[in-house]
Amino acid sequence: MNTLYMEEMRSVAAETLVAEWRNEFPILRIRVRGKPLVYLDNAATTQKPRAVIDAVSRFYARDNANVHRGVHALSQRATDSFEAARARVQGFLHAAASDEIIFVRGATEAINLVAQSFARPLLVAGDEILVSAMEHHSNIVPWQQVCRQTGAVLKVVPIDEAGEFVFSEYECLLGARTRLVAVTHVSNALGSVTDIARITALAHARGVPVLVDGAQAIAHLPVDVRALDCDFYVFSGHKCFGPTGIGVLYGKRERLEAMPPWQAGGDMVRSVSFDATEYMPIPHRFEAGTPDISGAIGLGAALDFVSAIGLTAIAAHEQRLLDLASVGLERIPGIRIVGTAGRKASILSFVMDGVHAHDIGSILDRAGIAIRTGHHCAMPAMQHFGLSGGTARASFAFYNTLEEVERFVDGVRRVYEIFQ
Amino acid sequence: MTRDVDDLYHRIVLEHCKRPRNFRVPQHANRRACGDNPLCGDHIDVYVRLERGGIRDIGFAGVSCAIAKASASLMTEAMMGRDAASGRALLRKFEQMVRTSGIEPDPELGELHAFADVRDFPSRVQCALLAWDALRTVLQESPG
Repeated sequence: MNTLYMEEMRSVAAETLVAEWRNEFPILRIRVRGKPLVYLDNAATTQKPRAVIDAVSRFYARDNANVHRGVHALSQRATDSFEAARARVQGFLHAAASDEIIFVRGATEAINLVAQSFARPLLVAGDEILVSAMEHHSNIVPWQQVCRQTGAVLKVVPIDEAGEFVFSEYECLLGARTRLVAVTHVSNALGSVTDIARITALAHARGVPVLVDGAQAIAHLPVDVRALDCDFYVFSGHKCFGPTGIGVLYGKRERLEAMPPWQAGGDMVRSVSFDATEYMPIPHRFEAGTPDISGAIGLGAALDFVSAIGLTAIAAHEQRLLDLASVGLERIPGIRIVGTAGRKASILSFVMDGVHAHDIGSILDRAGIAIRTGHHCAMPAMQHFGLSGGTARASFAFYNTLEEVERFVDGVRRVYEIFQ
Repeated sequence: MTRDVDDLYHRIVLEHCKRPRNFRVPQHANRRACGDNPLCGDHIDVYVRLERGGIRDIGFAGVSCAIAKASASLMTEAMMGRDAASGRALLRKFEQMVRTSGIEPDPELGELHAFADVRDFPSRVQCALLAWDALRTVLQESPG
């Protein structure tokens, strides 16, 4: 059988699969400004499948009670569902144990927790924290804050013209005073995928722990925290088809057990008196107050949904979307793609000569196409490329189709025509 | 050009974006104010030669999106020669037009009507007002 025919059949099969996945997302059927929605802002937040919406709604309709408290049946059901969600996260990340999974509000809160509970007690003046030049503000500002509190210094590993982490510089910067490396798995502004295993190997050779910001990786790449050998891994549920307001801090047991609580209150204590308070073991020590129970349950459902499709299938489809979009944009005069790393997730940042990113975004919006414009909360990365006005960014998820990519490219071409 | 972007990217807006008027620092300018949009990094400097309470010359410089640039360009044309009080009145009318739905724009706004539909795009209102906000600080300091 000829290869072209085989390729064609594979492509038809893939499109049928995508149509099935897509069908699970009610919002993808709406119209925006009179046109079918083309949602290409997945790096900001992803849409939710019916399974997640139903899990949250079912919890409130049938199981709602507080967790870890009551003796009554409903409380037990809520606790079981909440802890089952923790076990699902453990499985998804390939963590060694479910008590290494801490529920937080999102990646930002997880990083702040590590900054205040792990880094702050450890740091003295002159110590160093390493981040990369392509971090999201949420993986910069918490470290700046802890540096101000302790007199430690924030050092920055540069990126090159393609938007890749520069390992030679990293090895020079890893020094006797380095106490922590905090680096993104996938750049939200550029799409670059960082070689985390290599980063942790180099850091651990010098006894330095590593935190990985997985906010942009979790929906696109298989994540195995033991293979990556990172000390901390953080992500937000809403960027992986789960609800907003729920996120995860993974930490190696020995790290978490050595850390003092971050916030104090109920649910994180074993016993309280005015003389002495005894804290709960991990993970509860870090989960003060009533947690986002329905959020955790919704996240569990989201991870089940993603696992059923499979991250290998997702990555293959998203690569096709990214390739088609990149080739399409490169044919439009005056377009420059920002971030051309050898390994990229499905994030496509670009600028157009003489046209501001906001104007690109507004014109695409008129065509029902949602993209993000601006600095993407990564101003240092934008400055690296000399782009004070930021970029336009299309970010794809597995439910996007090749036809949507074509509509997007046509929309960008129309922007060019309007401003020509 | 397709119809669906006509409302925001009006012919007049595009024309002023491509060939901005008074996109220069006027000679003998004696006032300068800047408009910043920290969200996108846009920045417009408005320069005015203010004499005897009147705008004798006005120009602007900076980097911005099409909406902000065209708005600044049309603003300089509309403000040229006005006294401070009349400038402030025009500013109020323009601001009301881009912020308020369901009202008929004041006829005095003339070509500035091109920005009437910005009010349907709340994220772009700040763009349309970037240069005007800068000019406001100049006119507020000025008596008359």
